[in-house]
Amino acid sequence: MSTATRSLPRTIGAHAILLTYTAIALFPVILVILNSFKSRAGIFGAPLTPPTPGTFDLIGYTTVIGQGDFIHYFQNSLVVTVASLFFVLLFGAMAAFALSEYRFRGNSMMGLYLALGIMIPIRLGTVAILQLMVASGLVNTLTALILVYTAQGLPLAVFILSEFMKQVSDDLKNAGRIDGLSEYTIFFRLVLPLVRPSMATVAVFTMIPIWNDLWFPLILAPSEETKTVTLGAQLFLGQFVTNWNAILAALSLAIMPVLILYVIFSRQLIRGITSGAVK
Amino acid sequence: MGSLKIENVKKAFGPVEVLKGIDLEVTDGEFVVFVGPSGCGKSTLLRVIAGLEDSTAGRVVIDGADVSATPPAKRGIAMVFQTYALYPHLTVKNNMGLGLKQAGTPAAEIDRRIGIASSMLSLEPYLERRPAELSGGQRQRVAIGRAVVREPKLFLFDEPLSNLDAALRVNTRLEIAQLHRRLKATMIYVTHDQVEAMTLADKIVVLNAGRIEQIGGPMELYNSPANEFVAGFIGSPKMNFIDGGRLGEIAKTIGVRPEHLTVDPKSGRWKGTVVHAEHLGADTNLYLDCEKAGLITVRIFGVYDAEPGATLYATPDPARTYRFGADGKTMK
Repeated sequence: MSTATRSLPRTIGAHAILLTYTAIALFPVILVILNSFKSRAGIFGAPLTPPTPGTFDLIGYTTVIGQGDFIHYFQNSLVVTVASLFFVLLFGAMAAFALSEYRFRGNSMMGLYLALGIMIPIRLGTVAILQLMVASGLVNTLTALILVYTAQGLPLAVFILSEFMKQVSDDLKNAGRIDGLSEYTIFFRLVLPLVRPSMATVAVFTMIPIWNDLWFPLILAPSEETKTVTLGAQLFLGQFVTNWNAILAALSLAIMPVLILYVIFSRQLIRGITSGAVK
Repeated sequence: MGSLKIENVKKAFGPVEVLKGIDLEVTDGEFVVFVGPSGCGKSTLLRVIAGLEDSTAGRVVIDGADVSATPPAKRGIAMVFQTYALYPHLTVKNNMGLGLKQAGTPAAEIDRRIGIASSMLSLEPYLERRPAELSGGQRQRVAIGRAVVREPKLFLFDEPLSNLDAALRVNTRLEIAQLHRRLKATMIYVTHDQVEAMTLADKIVVLNAGRIEQIGGPMELYNSPANEFVAGFIGSPKMNFIDGGRLGEIAKTIGVRPEHLTVDPKSGRWKGTVVHAEHLGADTNLYLDCEKAGLITVRIFGVYDAEPGATLYATPDPARTYRFGADGKTMK
């Protein structure tokens, strides 16, 4: 049975490709989760099989919860991610609004300057950032991480959001001006709700690298007090002995919060990605 | 209580001059329509009056007070936009009341005014709805209601009917005309549609390329256009322009409106062939390819049977033939 727009072989082909891709993408994640529920012998004996009654073991999870201060690490990761996300979205949206709404000298140069960060990895400036943090006494604080991540996320946020803000109707903003709304009210009450899908897109793209980052926590905030989850998991990576149960359990746990945030944003996300394409 | 004076207003976006010195006076209670082709600066002029754009030079005076440096909310104006521009997150009632709330009007007064406006525009059943739950015509009525509750000195309309379908456009046009009669307020209305201009206006301002071509009442513009541009813009179908040289006239161009031509199958001034006939019932538009005059349009009232290819003679009404000089101005 075939219609004008879809034929059976083509549908099968497309699904085959998509399923293969899904399998490849999910394979490592599933492997981590499966093995986190197995004993050490089970992990090394048959790494690809699901846990059986013989190999099922929660030792990894008990180690993680018992040994390291993992609840605290989780808390640190969450604080850093949520705070950075908040600042990236707030400042990114405000800068994007100014760039798209107001005509001023150097507008396009400013836009280019703010977008430059997309092309230059922030890690190139690690030494200077470390010196700056030492000088300002921010080493081993979560503030240091939040500042760095905000800087890291802003260029992409400004770039994406300013494109979307240009699509918000001028008439609507002008109607607000005639009704006596301030520019801030226009921004927060009229414009932001209309660009919510694109905000979700930016949120997801910003959130994942922050949550997964190992580099800056290791350099700027390695103390016990400020460790993040990814850094905390390193605890079980020894030079000679590696506690695989604990590492896999820690990583499985670390997936959860980011997965929850992703599910929250994803409905908006799809709209955000496609909304520019049609209409 | 609603006069407007514009003195030598100019507006340039970088090197592009959009308004090249506009002078205009609107008296209290007048319905003035700005009309012109797209890009002529009519919307920009309205935005300058509203305060949404700053003029590069010149003054805007509302009720004797220079408002050139006053923000839009303090000018005592209300504006209706082409795209309605309703606040999507507010109900119809709050959409209408927001401006008054911002200005610190007491709640009882806001409710009273919303009551009057919504009964005037028959919006009462929809007061608790959001804009997304309304049809296009209802949305535009809400936008008009939002302007009415502010009791402004000046109503500004920026192509309010362009997003509506043809039937609704006629209805809403009627409503705006009735609203003007009832409120006796000063209204300024921008459109590119000369039919809207002719039907609504007390006074029409024809703009072209950033300049005013002519100001006058609808019949004044129709009967004595100042120049070729106004003559061509006002009236539908468009006036026929014929090269004066081909007809042996001194004037550069001769203009005859389609309705001021008569046709006869046997004799007449200009012999031509029917190229196409449009039968509209109430009238018939004939397109004639004439030996002397070129392609012309003839409007005949009532039904007229003419097959393409037939030969017809067209004769202009000598009293209603216009002559334009080399500078485009009408010759007396």
